[in-house]
Amino acid sequence: MMIDVNVNLSRWPFRRVPLDETPRLVKKLKQHGIATAWAGSLDGILHRDVAAVNARLTAECRQFGGGLLRPVGTVNPTLPDWREDLRRCQEVHRMHAVRINPNYHGYRLDDDACDALFQAVARRGMIVQLALKMEDVRTHHPLMPVPTVDPQPLEALVDKYPDVPLIVMNNYGTIRGEAAARLVRAGRVYFETSHAEQVGALEKLIQQIPHERLLFGSHAPLFNLEANLFKFRESRLGGLLSTGIQRGNAQALLQSLR
Amino acid sequence: MDRRSFLQSTAAVGLSGVARSAAGAEDEADDAGAAATSVSRDVIWDLHCHFSGVPGDTVVDRAAKILEYADRMGVQRLVFFMGWPWSQRPTPEDFRRQNDQVLEALAEWPERLLGFAYLSGHYPEESLKEIERCIANGPMVGIKLWVARKCSDAALDPIIARCGELNAAIYQHTWLKTQGNYEGESTPMDLAVLANRHPTVPIICGHTGGDWTRGIRAVRASKNVSVGIGGSEPTAGFVEMAVRELGAERVIYGSDAGGRSFSTQLAKVYGADVADSEKRLILGQNLRRMLTPILEAKGIPT
Repeated sequence: MMIDVNVNLSRWPFRRVPLDETPRLVKKLKQHGIATAWAGSLDGILHRDVAAVNARLTAECRQFGGGLLRPVGTVNPTLPDWREDLRRCQEVHRMHAVRINPNYHGYRLDDDACDALFQAVARRGMIVQLALKMEDVRTHHPLMPVPTVDPQPLEALVDKYPDVPLIVMNNYGTIRGEAAARLVRAGRVYFETSHAEQVGALEKLIQQIPHERLLFGSHAPLFNLEANLFKFRESRLGGLLSTGIQRGNAQALLQSLR
Repeated sequence: MDRRSFLQSTAAVGLSGVARSAAGAEDEADDAGAAATSVSRDVIWDLHCHFSGVPGDTVVDRAAKILEYADRMGVQRLVFFMGWPWSQRPTPEDFRRQNDQVLEALAEWPERLLGFAYLSGHYPEESLKEIERCIANGPMVGIKLWVARKCSDAALDPIIARCGELNAAIYQHTWLKTQGNYEGESTPMDLAVLANRHPTVPIICGHTGGDWTRGIRAVRASKNVSVGIGGSEPTAGFVEMAVRELGAERVIYGSDAGGRSFSTQLAKVYGADVADSEKRLILGQNLRRMLTPILEAKGIPT
Protein backbone atom coordinates (compact mmCIF):
# COMPACT_ATOMS: atom_id res chain seq x y z
CA MET A 1 0.00 0.00 0.00
CA MET A 2 1.44 3.33 -1.04
CA ILE A 3 0.36 6.96 -0.83
CA ASP A 4 1.02 9.01 -3.95
CA VAL A 5 0.95 12.71 -3.07
CA ASN A 6 1.31 13.95 -6.66
CA VAL A 7 -1.46 12.91 -9.01
CA ASN A 8 -3.34 15.05 -11.53
CA LEU A 9 -6.85 14.72 -12.92
CA SER A 10 -8.53 16.19 -16.00
CA ARG A 11 -6.78 17.32 -19.18
CA TRP A 12 -3.32 18.72 -19.81
CA PRO A 13 -4.05 21.70 -22.09
CA PHE A 14 -1.39 20.92 -24.68
CA ARG A 15 -1.92 17.27 -25.51
CA ARG A 16 -3.90 14.22 -24.50
CA VAL A 17 -2.21 11.90 -22.03
CA PRO A 18 -2.86 8.14 -22.11
CA LEU A 19 -4.44 7.97 -18.64
CA ASP A 20 -6.19 11.34 -18.47
CA GLU A 21 -9.56 9.65 -17.94
CA THR A 22 -10.03 9.15 -14.22
CA PRO A 23 -11.40 5.56 -14.20
CA ARG A 24 -8.42 4.35 -16.24
CA LEU A 25 -5.97 6.22 -14.05
CA VAL A 26 -7.52 4.83 -10.87
CA LYS A 27 -7.36 1.33 -12.30
CA LYS A 28 -3.64 1.71 -13.01
CA LEU A 29 -2.91 3.21 -9.59
CA LYS A 30 -4.66 0.28 -7.94
CA GLN A 31 -2.80 -2.24 -10.08
CA HIS A 32 0.47 -0.76 -8.85
CA GLY A 33 -0.35 -0.75 -5.17
CA ILE A 34 -1.32 2.88 -4.73
CA ALA A 35 -3.96 2.92 -1.98
CA THR A 36 -4.35 6.68 -1.74
CA ALA A 37 -3.58 9.39 -4.27
CA TRP A 38 -3.66 13.10 -3.54
CA ALA A 39 -5.16 14.46 -6.71
CA GLY A 40 -5.15 18.01 -7.98
CA SER A 41 -6.86 19.24 -11.10
CA LEU A 42 -4.98 20.27 -14.22
CA ASP A 43 -7.88 22.65 -14.88
CA GLY A 44 -6.57 24.68 -11.97
CA ILE A 45 -3.49 25.64 -13.94
CA LEU A 46 -5.29 27.96 -16.36
CA HIS A 47 -8.97 28.16 -15.42
CA ARG A 48 -10.09 31.22 -13.48
CA ASP A 49 -13.35 29.78 -12.21
CA VAL A 50 -11.43 27.89 -9.57
CA ALA A 51 -14.54 27.28 -7.49
CA ALA A 52 -15.95 25.18 -10.32
CA VAL A 53 -12.60 23.44 -10.81
CA ASN A 54 -12.53 22.34 -7.18
CA ALA A 55 -16.17 21.28 -7.17
CA ARG A 56 -15.65 19.16 -10.29
CA LEU A 57 -12.49 17.67 -8.83
CA THR A 58 -14.30 16.66 -5.66
CA ALA A 59 -17.15 15.12 -7.62
CA GLU A 60 -14.73 13.27 -9.90
CA CYS A 61 -12.85 11.82 -6.96
CA ARG A 62 -16.08 10.74 -5.34
CA GLN A 63 -17.59 9.25 -8.49
CA PHE A 64 -14.58 7.43 -9.91
CA GLY A 65 -12.03 7.27 -7.12
CA GLY A 66 -13.27 4.13 -5.43
CA GLY A 67 -12.01 5.53 -2.14
CA LEU A 68 -8.52 5.97 -3.56
CA LEU A 69 -8.52 9.63 -4.60
CA ARG A 70 -8.27 12.51 -2.12
CA PRO A 71 -8.92 15.85 -3.81
CA VAL A 72 -6.40 18.65 -3.43
CA GLY A 73 -7.90 22.01 -4.28
CA THR A 74 -6.45 24.79 -6.34
CA VAL A 75 -6.10 28.22 -4.77
CA ASN A 76 -4.94 31.20 -6.80
CA PRO A 77 -4.33 34.18 -4.51
CA THR A 78 -4.32 36.63 -7.41
CA LEU A 79 -8.02 36.03 -8.05
CA PRO A 80 -10.72 38.17 -6.45
CA ASP A 81 -12.13 36.63 -3.27
CA TRP A 82 -9.74 33.69 -3.33
CA ARG A 83 -10.30 33.22 0.41
CA GLU A 84 -13.75 31.88 -0.38
CA ASP A 85 -12.14 29.21 -2.58
CA LEU A 86 -9.92 28.26 0.32
CA ARG A 87 -12.87 28.18 2.70
CA ARG A 88 -14.81 25.88 0.39
CA CYS A 89 -11.81 23.61 -0.02
CA GLN A 90 -11.77 22.96 3.69
CA GLU A 91 -15.34 23.42 4.84
CA VAL A 92 -17.32 22.21 1.83
CA HIS A 93 -15.02 19.77 0.06
CA ARG A 94 -13.25 18.56 3.22
CA MET A 95 -9.85 18.85 1.59
CA HIS A 96 -6.68 18.51 3.66
CA ALA A 97 -4.41 20.30 1.21
CA VAL A 98 -4.30 22.94 -1.49
CA ARG A 99 -2.00 23.03 -4.50
CA ILE A 100 -0.45 26.25 -5.74
CA ASN A 101 1.14 27.07 -9.12
CA PRO A 102 2.75 30.50 -8.64
CA ASN A 103 4.39 30.52 -12.07
CA TYR A 104 1.18 29.78 -13.96
CA HIS A 105 -0.84 32.11 -11.72
CA GLY A 106 1.56 35.01 -12.05
CA TYR A 107 3.02 35.70 -8.63
CA ARG A 108 6.30 35.23 -6.82
CA LEU A 109 6.87 33.55 -3.49
CA ASP A 110 7.78 36.91 -1.95
CA ASP A 111 4.66 38.70 -3.22
CA ASP A 112 2.06 39.92 -0.74
CA ALA A 113 -0.49 37.60 -2.33
CA CYS A 114 1.60 34.56 -1.45
CA ASP A 115 2.13 35.81 2.09
CA ALA A 116 -1.61 36.26 2.51
CA LEU A 117 -2.24 32.76 1.24
CA PHE A 118 0.18 31.19 3.69
CA GLN A 119 -1.30 33.25 6.52
CA ALA A 120 -4.78 32.00 5.66
CA VAL A 121 -3.68 28.40 5.24
CA ALA A 122 -1.84 28.55 8.56
CA ARG A 123 -5.06 29.55 10.31
CA ARG A 124 -6.87 26.62 8.74
CA GLY A 125 -4.18 24.05 9.44
CA MET A 126 -3.97 22.76 5.88
CA ILE A 127 -1.09 21.46 3.77
CA VAL A 128 0.31 23.51 0.89
CA GLN A 129 1.57 21.69 -2.20
CA LEU A 130 3.91 23.94 -4.16
CA ALA A 131 4.37 22.87 -7.80
CA LEU A 132 7.65 24.35 -9.02
CA LYS A 133 6.83 23.48 -12.61
CA MET A 134 4.61 21.18 -14.64
CA GLU A 135 6.80 20.16 -17.58
CA ASP A 136 10.31 20.62 -18.93
CA VAL A 137 10.57 24.32 -19.78
CA ARG A 138 12.46 23.41 -22.95
CA THR A 139 9.35 21.75 -24.35
CA HIS A 140 6.76 24.38 -23.47
CA HIS A 141 4.39 25.53 -26.17
CA PRO A 142 6.13 28.44 -27.90
CA LEU A 143 3.16 30.71 -27.25
CA MET A 144 3.24 29.96 -23.55
CA PRO A 145 6.67 29.52 -22.01
CA VAL A 146 6.34 29.57 -18.21
CA PRO A 147 9.54 29.83 -16.17
CA THR A 148 10.04 27.51 -13.23
CA VAL A 149 9.14 29.04 -9.86
CA ASP A 150 12.03 31.03 -8.43
CA PRO A 151 12.75 29.27 -5.12
CA GLN A 152 14.99 31.98 -3.70
CA PRO A 153 12.28 33.62 -1.51
CA LEU A 154 11.07 30.29 -0.15
CA GLU A 155 13.37 30.17 2.83
CA ALA A 156 12.05 33.50 4.17
CA LEU A 157 8.49 32.30 3.63
CA VAL A 158 9.16 29.10 5.56
CA ASP A 159 10.89 31.08 8.30
CA LYS A 160 7.73 33.18 8.66
CA TYR A 161 5.32 30.21 8.54
CA PRO A 162 7.32 27.31 9.96
CA ASP A 163 4.23 25.40 11.08
CA VAL A 164 2.57 25.26 7.66
CA PRO A 165 3.23 21.82 6.18
CA LEU A 166 4.69 22.46 2.75
CA ILE A 167 5.29 19.83 0.07
CA VAL A 168 7.70 20.90 -2.65
CA MET A 169 6.66 19.23 -5.90
CA ASN A 170 8.15 18.69 -9.35
CA ASN A 171 11.63 19.58 -8.17
CA TYR A 172 14.07 18.74 -10.96
CA GLY A 173 17.15 20.20 -9.34
CA THR A 174 15.54 23.59 -8.72
CA ILE A 175 16.17 23.22 -4.99
CA ARG A 176 19.07 20.98 -4.10
CA GLY A 177 21.81 20.26 -1.60
CA GLU A 178 22.19 22.66 1.27
CA ALA A 179 19.30 24.84 0.12
CA ALA A 180 16.94 21.87 0.48
CA ALA A 181 18.44 20.96 3.83
CA ARG A 182 17.99 24.52 5.12
CA LEU A 183 14.31 24.51 4.19
CA VAL A 184 13.76 21.25 6.02
CA ARG A 185 15.43 22.66 9.12
CA ALA A 186 13.45 25.89 8.91
CA GLY A 187 9.97 24.43 8.92
CA ARG A 188 7.67 21.54 8.11
CA VAL A 189 8.96 21.18 4.57
CA TYR A 190 8.67 17.93 2.59
CA PHE A 191 9.84 16.96 -0.87
CA GLU A 192 8.22 14.40 -3.15
CA THR A 193 10.11 12.07 -5.44
CA SER A 194 8.58 12.53 -8.89
CA HIS A 195 11.35 14.56 -10.50
CA ALA A 196 14.37 13.13 -8.66
CA GLU A 197 16.85 12.12 -11.35
CA GLN A 198 20.32 10.61 -11.89
CA VAL A 199 21.16 6.96 -11.36
CA GLY A 200 20.40 5.92 -7.79
CA ALA A 201 18.29 9.04 -7.37
CA LEU A 202 16.76 8.13 -4.02
CA GLU A 203 20.11 7.15 -2.51
CA LYS A 204 21.33 10.63 -3.37
CA LEU A 205 18.16 12.33 -2.18
CA ILE A 206 18.42 10.92 1.34
CA GLN A 207 21.94 12.33 1.54
CA GLN A 208 20.44 15.81 1.12
CA ILE A 209 17.04 15.54 2.78
CA PRO A 210 16.11 13.56 5.91
CA HIS A 211 14.17 10.50 4.79
CA GLU A 212 11.26 11.41 7.09
CA ARG A 213 10.69 14.44 4.88
CA LEU A 214 10.42 12.51 1.62
CA LEU A 215 7.08 11.47 0.15
CA PHE A 216 6.26 9.24 -2.79
CA GLY A 217 5.01 11.26 -5.76
CA SER A 218 4.52 10.14 -9.34
CA HIS A 219 3.27 13.19 -11.27
CA ALA A 220 0.92 10.73 -13.00
CA PRO A 221 -0.57 10.66 -15.49
CA LEU A 222 1.78 13.23 -17.05
CA PHE A 223 4.66 10.94 -16.09
CA ASN A 224 4.60 7.19 -16.43
CA LEU A 225 3.78 5.84 -12.98
CA GLU A 226 6.51 3.21 -13.30
CA ALA A 227 9.21 5.88 -13.35
CA ASN A 228 8.87 6.44 -9.64
CA LEU A 229 8.14 2.87 -8.66
CA PHE A 230 11.36 1.70 -10.29
CA LYS A 231 13.43 4.18 -8.27
CA PHE A 232 12.98 1.94 -5.25
CA ARG A 233 14.60 -0.87 -7.19
CA GLU A 234 17.46 1.24 -8.51
CA SER A 235 18.27 2.68 -5.08
CA ARG A 236 18.96 0.43 -2.13
CA LEU A 237 17.26 2.19 0.76
CA GLY A 238 16.19 -0.71 2.92
CA GLY A 239 12.66 -1.67 3.86
CA LEU A 240 12.06 0.85 6.63
CA LEU A 241 13.14 3.86 4.61
CA SER A 242 11.22 2.67 1.57
CA THR A 243 8.09 2.13 3.61
CA GLY A 244 8.39 5.56 5.15
CA ILE A 245 8.71 7.29 1.81
CA GLN A 246 6.03 5.17 0.19
CA ARG A 247 3.43 5.76 2.90
CA GLY A 248 4.56 6.21 6.51
CA ASN A 249 5.72 9.80 6.21
CA ALA A 250 2.51 10.87 4.48
CA GLN A 251 0.42 9.07 7.09
CA ALA A 252 2.30 10.83 9.89
CA LEU A 253 1.82 14.15 8.16
CA LEU A 254 -1.92 13.58 7.88
CA GLN A 255 -2.19 12.52 11.49
CA SER A 256 -0.40 15.68 12.57
CA LEU A 257 -3.22 17.75 11.05
CA ARG A 258 -5.83 16.27 13.35
CA MET B 1 30.81 -9.36 -12.10
CA ASP B 2 32.23 -11.73 -14.72
CA ARG B 3 30.34 -12.61 -17.86
CA ARG B 4 29.16 -16.02 -16.68
CA SER B 5 27.67 -14.78 -13.41
CA PHE B 6 26.23 -11.73 -15.13
CA LEU B 7 24.41 -13.78 -17.71
CA GLN B 8 23.13 -16.13 -15.03
CA SER B 9 21.80 -13.28 -12.94
CA THR B 10 20.13 -11.43 -15.75
CA ALA B 11 18.60 -14.57 -17.15
CA ALA B 12 17.17 -15.26 -13.73
CA VAL B 13 15.81 -11.78 -13.27
CA GLY B 14 14.53 -10.78 -16.68
CA LEU B 15 12.38 -7.73 -17.09
CA SER B 16 9.47 -9.13 -15.18
CA GLY B 17 11.81 -9.68 -12.27
CA VAL B 18 12.92 -6.10 -12.42
CA ALA B 19 9.36 -4.93 -12.49
CA ARG B 20 8.31 -7.32 -9.75
CA SER B 21 10.79 -5.89 -7.31
CA ALA B 22 10.81 -2.40 -8.74
CA ALA B 23 9.07 -0.74 -5.86
CA GLY B 24 11.46 -1.96 -3.22
CA ALA B 25 11.64 -4.42 -0.43
CA GLU B 26 8.03 -4.49 0.63
CA ASP B 27 5.87 -7.41 -0.38
CA GLU B 28 3.03 -5.07 -1.27
CA ALA B 29 5.30 -2.94 -3.37
CA ASP B 30 6.71 -6.01 -5.04
CA ASP B 31 3.21 -7.04 -6.01
CA ALA B 32 2.61 -3.56 -7.31
CA GLY B 33 5.72 -3.68 -9.43
CA ALA B 34 4.72 -7.03 -10.86
CA ALA B 35 1.82 -5.36 -12.55
CA ALA B 36 4.17 -2.95 -14.29
CA THR B 37 4.74 -5.28 -17.18
CA SER B 38 4.20 -8.79 -18.32
CA VAL B 39 7.29 -8.64 -20.49
CA SER B 40 9.78 -11.34 -19.61
CA ARG B 41 12.87 -13.09 -20.91
CA ASP B 42 14.07 -9.86 -22.42
CA VAL B 43 17.46 -8.45 -23.11
CA ILE B 44 17.97 -4.78 -22.43
CA TRP B 45 20.59 -2.85 -24.36
CA ASP B 46 21.07 0.76 -23.36
CA LEU B 47 21.96 3.07 -26.23
CA HIS B 48 23.04 6.08 -24.23
CA CYS B 49 25.32 6.14 -21.16
CA HIS B 50 27.91 8.53 -19.79
CA PHE B 51 30.35 8.51 -16.90
CA SER B 52 28.40 11.27 -15.16
CA GLY B 53 26.21 11.33 -12.07
CA VAL B 54 28.42 8.97 -10.07
CA PRO B 55 31.52 9.47 -7.95
CA GLY B 56 34.93 8.19 -8.98
CA ASP B 57 38.35 9.50 -9.92
CA THR B 58 38.87 7.09 -12.79
CA VAL B 59 36.75 6.04 -15.71
CA VAL B 60 36.81 2.47 -14.45
CA ASP B 61 35.52 3.54 -11.03
CA ARG B 62 32.70 5.47 -12.59
CA ALA B 63 31.75 2.76 -15.07
CA ALA B 64 31.70 0.23 -12.23
CA LYS B 65 29.23 2.38 -10.33
CA ILE B 66 27.00 2.82 -13.37
CA LEU B 67 27.10 -0.94 -13.90
CA GLU B 68 26.01 -1.49 -10.30
CA TYR B 69 22.82 0.43 -11.00
CA ALA B 70 22.40 -1.21 -14.41
CA ASP B 71 22.59 -4.63 -12.75
CA ARG B 72 19.78 -3.72 -10.40
CA MET B 73 17.61 -2.77 -13.37
CA GLY B 74 18.51 -5.74 -15.57
CA VAL B 75 20.33 -3.70 -18.21
CA GLN B 76 22.79 -6.04 -19.88
CA ARG B 77 24.70 -4.12 -22.53
CA LEU B 78 25.55 -0.41 -22.26
CA VAL B 79 26.80 1.95 -24.93
CA PHE B 80 29.10 4.66 -23.57
CA PHE B 81 30.20 7.79 -25.34
CA MET B 82 32.11 10.89 -24.31
CA GLY B 83 34.38 11.09 -21.30
CA TRP B 84 34.70 13.95 -18.86
CA PRO B 85 34.89 16.83 -18.56
CA TRP B 86 32.55 17.33 -21.50
CA SER B 87 33.10 19.95 -24.16
CA GLN B 88 30.48 21.13 -26.61
CA ARG B 89 33.03 22.09 -29.26
CA PRO B 90 35.87 19.67 -28.68
CA THR B 91 39.20 20.06 -30.38
CA PRO B 92 40.59 16.90 -31.99
CA GLU B 93 42.90 16.56 -29.02
CA ASP B 94 39.94 16.78 -26.68
CA PHE B 95 37.72 14.24 -28.45
CA ARG B 96 40.67 11.86 -28.68
CA ARG B 97 41.19 12.25 -24.93
CA GLN B 98 37.55 11.52 -24.23
CA ASN B 99 37.56 8.52 -26.57
CA ASP B 100 40.62 7.19 -24.77
CA GLN B 101 38.58 7.27 -21.58
CA VAL B 102 35.84 5.22 -23.19
CA LEU B 103 38.40 2.77 -24.60
CA GLU B 104 39.78 2.30 -21.09
CA ALA B 105 36.33 1.30 -19.83
CA LEU B 106 35.72 -1.02 -22.79
CA ALA B 107 38.96 -2.84 -22.03
CA GLU B 108 37.73 -3.54 -18.52
CA TRP B 109 34.32 -4.93 -19.55
CA PRO B 110 34.71 -5.96 -23.22
CA GLU B 111 31.68 -8.23 -23.28
CA ARG B 112 29.43 -5.84 -21.40
CA LEU B 113 30.20 -2.35 -22.65
CA LEU B 114 30.09 -0.90 -26.14
CA GLY B 115 31.60 2.38 -27.24
CA PHE B 116 30.76 5.10 -29.73
CA ALA B 117 33.52 7.52 -30.72
CA TYR B 118 32.87 11.17 -29.91
CA LEU B 119 33.59 13.33 -32.98
CA SER B 120 33.11 16.91 -34.12
CA GLY B 121 31.61 18.14 -37.36
CA HIS B 122 33.99 21.08 -37.11
CA TYR B 123 36.91 18.76 -37.74
CA PRO B 124 35.85 16.30 -40.47
CA GLU B 125 39.38 15.27 -41.42
CA GLU B 126 40.43 14.62 -37.83
CA SER B 127 37.10 12.92 -37.19
CA LEU B 128 37.72 10.54 -40.08
CA LYS B 129 41.10 9.68 -38.61
CA GLU B 130 39.42 9.05 -35.26
CA ILE B 131 36.95 6.69 -36.94
CA GLU B 132 39.91 4.71 -38.29
CA ARG B 133 41.59 4.66 -34.88
CA CYS B 134 38.57 3.83 -32.73
CA ILE B 135 36.28 1.88 -35.07
CA ALA B 136 38.06 0.51 -38.14
CA ASN B 137 41.12 -0.44 -36.11
CA GLY B 138 39.63 -0.36 -32.62
CA PRO B 139 36.77 -1.85 -30.62
CA MET B 140 34.23 0.94 -30.98
CA VAL B 141 31.05 0.34 -32.97
CA GLY B 142 29.56 3.76 -33.62
CA ILE B 143 29.92 7.52 -33.38
CA LYS B 144 28.38 10.31 -31.31
CA LEU B 145 27.89 13.82 -32.67
CA TRP B 146 26.75 16.47 -30.21
CA VAL B 147 26.37 20.21 -30.73
CA ALA B 148 29.56 21.38 -32.43
CA ARG B 149 28.01 21.74 -35.87
CA LYS B 150 24.54 21.29 -37.28
CA CYS B 151 24.27 17.88 -38.85
CA SER B 152 22.56 19.24 -41.95
CA ASP B 153 25.94 20.70 -42.96
CA ALA B 154 27.43 18.86 -45.95
CA ALA B 155 30.80 18.89 -44.21
CA LEU B 156 29.59 15.88 -42.25
CA ASP B 157 28.98 13.77 -45.34
CA PRO B 158 32.37 12.00 -45.41
CA ILE B 159 31.89 11.01 -41.75
CA ILE B 160 28.46 9.56 -42.42
CA ALA B 161 29.64 7.77 -45.55
CA ARG B 162 32.56 6.14 -43.77
CA CYS B 163 30.31 4.99 -40.94
CA GLY B 164 28.04 3.46 -43.55
CA GLU B 165 30.96 1.52 -45.01
CA LEU B 166 31.87 0.19 -41.56
CA ASN B 167 28.27 -0.48 -40.46
CA ALA B 168 29.01 1.80 -37.53
CA ALA B 169 26.02 3.27 -35.69
CA ILE B 170 25.50 7.04 -35.85
CA TYR B 171 24.03 8.80 -32.84
CA GLN B 172 23.23 12.46 -33.49
CA HIS B 173 22.03 14.56 -30.53
CA THR B 174 18.94 16.62 -31.40
CA TRP B 175 16.76 19.05 -29.48
CA LEU B 176 13.93 21.45 -30.18
CA LYS B 177 14.10 23.96 -27.36
CA THR B 178 11.39 26.54 -26.92
CA GLN B 179 14.01 29.02 -25.78
CA GLY B 180 16.23 28.25 -28.77
CA ASN B 181 19.00 25.74 -29.45
CA TYR B 182 22.73 26.23 -29.10
CA GLU B 183 24.33 27.65 -32.22
CA GLY B 184 25.48 24.29 -33.55
CA GLU B 185 22.75 22.18 -32.00
CA SER B 186 20.79 20.09 -34.48
CA THR B 187 17.04 19.69 -34.64
CA PRO B 188 15.30 16.54 -35.90
CA MET B 189 14.57 18.55 -39.03
CA ASP B 190 18.31 19.03 -39.55
CA LEU B 191 18.76 15.31 -39.06
CA ALA B 192 16.14 14.52 -41.67
CA VAL B 193 18.12 16.63 -44.16
CA LEU B 194 21.26 14.64 -43.39
CA ALA B 195 19.44 11.31 -43.46
CA ASN B 196 17.89 12.04 -46.82
CA ARG B 197 21.35 12.59 -48.30
CA HIS B 198 22.38 9.16 -46.98
CA PRO B 199 19.22 7.09 -47.38
CA THR B 200 20.94 3.73 -46.95
CA VAL B 201 22.81 4.62 -43.75
CA PRO B 202 20.97 4.02 -40.45
CA ILE B 203 21.02 7.11 -38.21
CA ILE B 204 19.70 7.58 -34.67
CA CYS B 205 17.86 10.77 -33.75
CA GLY B 206 19.09 11.39 -30.20
CA HIS B 207 16.48 12.48 -27.62
CA THR B 208 13.88 12.46 -30.44
CA GLY B 209 14.34 16.20 -30.32
CA GLY B 210 13.27 16.47 -26.68
CA ASP B 211 9.89 17.75 -27.84
CA TRP B 212 9.06 14.33 -29.19
CA THR B 213 5.67 15.38 -30.49
CA ARG B 214 7.48 17.38 -33.17
CA GLY B 215 10.62 15.26 -33.34
CA ILE B 216 8.76 12.11 -34.34
CA ARG B 217 6.95 13.94 -37.11
CA ALA B 218 10.19 15.50 -38.37
CA VAL B 219 11.87 12.14 -39.04
CA ARG B 220 8.77 10.13 -39.89
CA ALA B 221 9.38 10.12 -43.65
CA SER B 222 13.09 9.31 -43.32
CA LYS B 223 12.95 5.56 -43.14
CA ASN B 224 16.63 5.18 -42.26
CA VAL B 225 16.16 7.17 -39.04
CA SER B 226 15.44 5.56 -35.69
CA VAL B 227 14.68 7.58 -32.58
CA GLY B 228 16.53 7.34 -29.28
CA ILE B 229 14.08 7.90 -26.45
CA GLY B 230 16.53 8.59 -23.60
CA GLY B 231 17.52 11.76 -21.84
CA SER B 232 14.23 13.48 -21.18
CA GLU B 233 11.43 13.46 -18.63
CA PRO B 234 9.42 10.22 -18.43
CA THR B 235 6.41 11.76 -20.11
CA ALA B 236 3.56 9.40 -20.78
CA GLY B 237 2.58 8.88 -24.39
CA PHE B 238 6.06 9.27 -25.88
CA VAL B 239 6.61 5.65 -26.82
CA GLU B 240 2.99 5.17 -27.89
CA MET B 241 3.29 7.99 -30.42
CA ALA B 242 6.68 6.79 -31.64
CA VAL B 243 5.37 3.27 -32.22
CA ARG B 244 2.22 4.56 -33.88
CA GLU B 245 4.01 6.88 -36.28
CA LEU B 246 7.34 5.15 -36.90
CA GLY B 247 6.74 1.50 -36.03
CA ALA B 248 8.40 -0.18 -33.05
CA GLU B 249 11.36 -1.20 -35.23
CA ARG B 250 12.50 2.42 -35.34
CA VAL B 251 12.37 3.12 -31.59
CA ILE B 252 15.43 2.48 -29.40
CA TYR B 253 15.69 2.57 -25.62
CA GLY B 254 18.52 4.52 -24.02
CA SER B 255 18.82 6.21 -20.65
CA ASP B 256 21.35 9.06 -20.73
CA ALA B 257 22.62 7.64 -17.42
CA GLY B 258 24.02 8.76 -15.08
CA GLY B 259 22.47 12.23 -15.54
CA ARG B 260 19.16 10.45 -15.94
CA SER B 261 18.19 7.27 -14.15
CA PHE B 262 17.58 3.87 -15.64
CA SER B 263 14.28 3.89 -13.74
CA THR B 264 12.71 6.88 -15.40
CA GLN B 265 13.88 5.98 -18.88
CA LEU B 266 12.94 2.29 -18.71
CA ALA B 267 9.53 3.39 -17.45
CA LYS B 268 8.88 5.08 -20.78
CA VAL B 269 8.85 1.60 -22.30
CA TYR B 270 7.39 -0.46 -19.46
CA GLY B 271 4.63 2.07 -18.91
CA ALA B 272 3.68 2.40 -22.56
CA ASP B 273 0.47 0.99 -23.89
CA VAL B 274 2.12 -1.05 -26.64
CA ALA B 275 2.47 -4.78 -27.20
CA ASP B 276 5.06 -6.74 -25.25
CA SER B 277 6.66 -7.76 -28.53
CA GLU B 278 7.10 -4.08 -29.36
CA LYS B 279 8.62 -3.40 -25.95
CA ARG B 280 11.19 -6.12 -26.60
CA LEU B 281 12.17 -4.51 -29.88
CA ILE B 282 12.59 -1.13 -28.22
CA LEU B 283 14.43 -2.38 -25.14
CA GLY B 284 17.11 -4.29 -26.97
CA GLN B 285 16.31 -6.11 -30.16
CA ASN B 286 16.46 -3.06 -32.41
CA LEU B 287 19.87 -1.90 -31.22
CA ARG B 288 21.21 -5.43 -31.30
CA ARG B 289 19.98 -5.84 -34.87
CA MET B 290 21.55 -2.53 -35.91
CA LEU B 291 24.91 -3.41 -34.37
CA THR B 292 25.09 -7.10 -35.24
CA PRO B 293 27.03 -6.68 -38.52
CA ILE B 294 29.81 -4.62 -36.95
CA LEU B 295 29.86 -6.70 -33.76
CA GLU B 296 30.22 -9.88 -35.77
CA ALA B 297 32.94 -8.32 -37.89
CA LYS B 298 34.86 -7.52 -34.73
CA GLY B 299 34.16 -10.85 -33.06
CA ILE B 300 32.24 -9.20 -30.22
CA PRO B 301 29.44 -11.40 -28.82
CA THR B 302 25.93 -10.30 -29.72
